[in-house]
Amino acid sequence: MTDYIQDLATIRGIMEKRTKFISLSGLSGILAGIYALIGAYLAYRTIYYSDKTVYEAYRNGEWSPEIIQLLVIGFSVLILASLTGLVLSMRKAKKLGQDFWNPSAMRMISSFLVPLTAGGIFVMILIWRGQVAYVAPALLLFYGVAVYTAGNFTFSDVKTLGIMEIILGLLAAIYPGKGLLFWTIGFGGLHILYGAIMYFKYER
Amino acid sequence: MKKRFLDLDKILDNRIRLSMLSILMIEDMVSFKEIKSSLELTDGNLASHVKALEKAEYITIYKSFVGKKPNTEFKITPLGKKAFKEHLKKLESLISQHKK
Repeated sequence: MTDYIQDLATIRGIMEKRTKFISLSGLSGILAGIYALIGAYLAYRTIYYSDKTVYEAYRNGEWSPEIIQLLVIGFSVLILASLTGLVLSMRKAKKLGQDFWNPSAMRMISSFLVPLTAGGIFVMILIWRGQVAYVAPALLLFYGVAVYTAGNFTFSDVKTLGIMEIILGLLAAIYPGKGLLFWTIGFGGLHILYGAIMYFKYER
Repeated sequence: MKKRFLDLDKILDNRIRLSMLSILMIEDMVSFKEIKSSLELTDGNLASHVKALEKAEYITIYKSFVGKKPNTEFKITPLGKKAFKEHLKKLESLISQHKK
């Protein structure tokens, strides 16, 4: 009887190993990084070419055009990157003959969204309380945690990316004035680097 | 003890063949090389199991060339899928009966 129990355990093991979400597209990582770089450039222009400093406006609780512009840039990058990731990963799943919505994909997405949503709400509270300097570190930190936990359900390289984002978030907290720089490295540079690694390692 | 389970599919009552079908249930086309490394088998060992599965018409073999290297790939047949699912069901019911 133990033989049969062992048989079932073997099947389960193989299935789990095989159903890791391997459709995640490296190319979409590269593109997300490029969007982030463009976004960072636009944000840089918004912040440094405006008459008054954006931080000042924040502190006064003003919703200046600059702040709204920054939020629009941020959300556009987020939406564009998510859509690209979704479309390219679906395409890759089709190419691999896999179901896109396998149980691993579900688990991956939920373990990604929970920390990220917490981070998003936390960042809104920071803005509301006028702690703008900690927005970038907090975003990087929560994003890193989200990426790390999601990494359990896909290529293990993703976990490394998560750890790097976490370290970057902590560094950004030490240098709160340099948020945009860390943001550019974390969301731009690291995504391009990691996307390229994934692309050359698994997609060629 | 073994006699009580005679209605089990003899071809699948073997862990290596069962593992091969598990892989093929999930992935459409899998190469000889990949199965070999994934299950840590030797060429000869895997070949004998491939033969058994092909004879039962549970898998189809596709041979092609990648450059100059021959490339052998396998695909599960509908019959193979059915056999696998039934075998799984039997294993589960055997185990749950045993627990009672």
